[in-house]
Amino acid sequence: MSAVERIPILKIGDVLLASIQVDLQDRDVLALQEDLAEKITATGAHGVVLDISAVDIVDSFIGRMFATIAATSRLFDAHTVVVGMRPAVAITLVELGLTLGEVRTALDLEKGLAILAELGERAPR
Amino acid sequence: MTAAREDIPIAADEDVVRVRQIVRSFAQRAKLSLVDQTKLVTATSELARNTLTYGGGGAAVVELLGEGRRQGVRASFQDSGPGIPDTALALTDGWTSGRGMGLGLSGARRLVDEFDLDTEVGRGTTVTVVKWSR
Repeated sequence: MSAVERIPILKIGDVLLASIQVDLQDRDVLALQEDLAEKITATGAHGVVLDISAVDIVDSFIGRMFATIAATSRLFDAHTVVVGMRPAVAITLVELGLTLGEVRTALDLEKGLAILAELGERAPR
Repeated sequence: MTAAREDIPIAADEDVVRVRQIVRSFAQRAKLSLVDQTKLVTATSELARNTLTYGGGGAAVVELLGEGRRQGVRASFQDSGPGIPDTALALTDGWTSGRGMGLGLSGARRLVDEFDLDTEVGRGTTVTVVKWSR
């Protein structure tokens, strides 16, 4: 068995950024989900950005994990935005029949951060 | 000369990733478009995971096909698991017997050109898919 690939989580202001650069095994995605939940509670972050610009496929398991990460983040008062989805991945997801639940998507990191800033302003803390 | 056929045992998580990588390289050799490559790789990822999760493991066979001027990739997933009692139900969107969202089989079928499901309760399941270059 190969080791679990830990995806680094960076903090920028009150946003956490996880950039996925490897071909994900199911347990890597599960590890990311746990790491993010811990990091949100530790930092009080109000937003999570998942950068999937280097990801060449999203199947139903990976897609469901994005939805789960978003739902978990909501419990800690954080929103999740998935950024950088490749066109071929988007076309395939639609045909597969997968909806990403409460996951917001944005074209790139900059637009993703803008969405999070806007969501933060709408609900002042 | 690269082999026109590859056999991949499916016994653990990382084998699903290996299936994806091998199917991707076959799809490139068959000159599938990027979107068609992505569809085929996604479909085989679903099927490989089914083989692992529901079939208790098994094997995949990936082959390069040539038919006249068009080329294609065939991927077959075989397990000796419990089989599927109701195939019509298993191919319905949203139906799942375990974890997941029930998009595996029905979703995979939509992503490929040919889809064949051969299953017998108590014997196991073989799912074969083909994607052709356009």
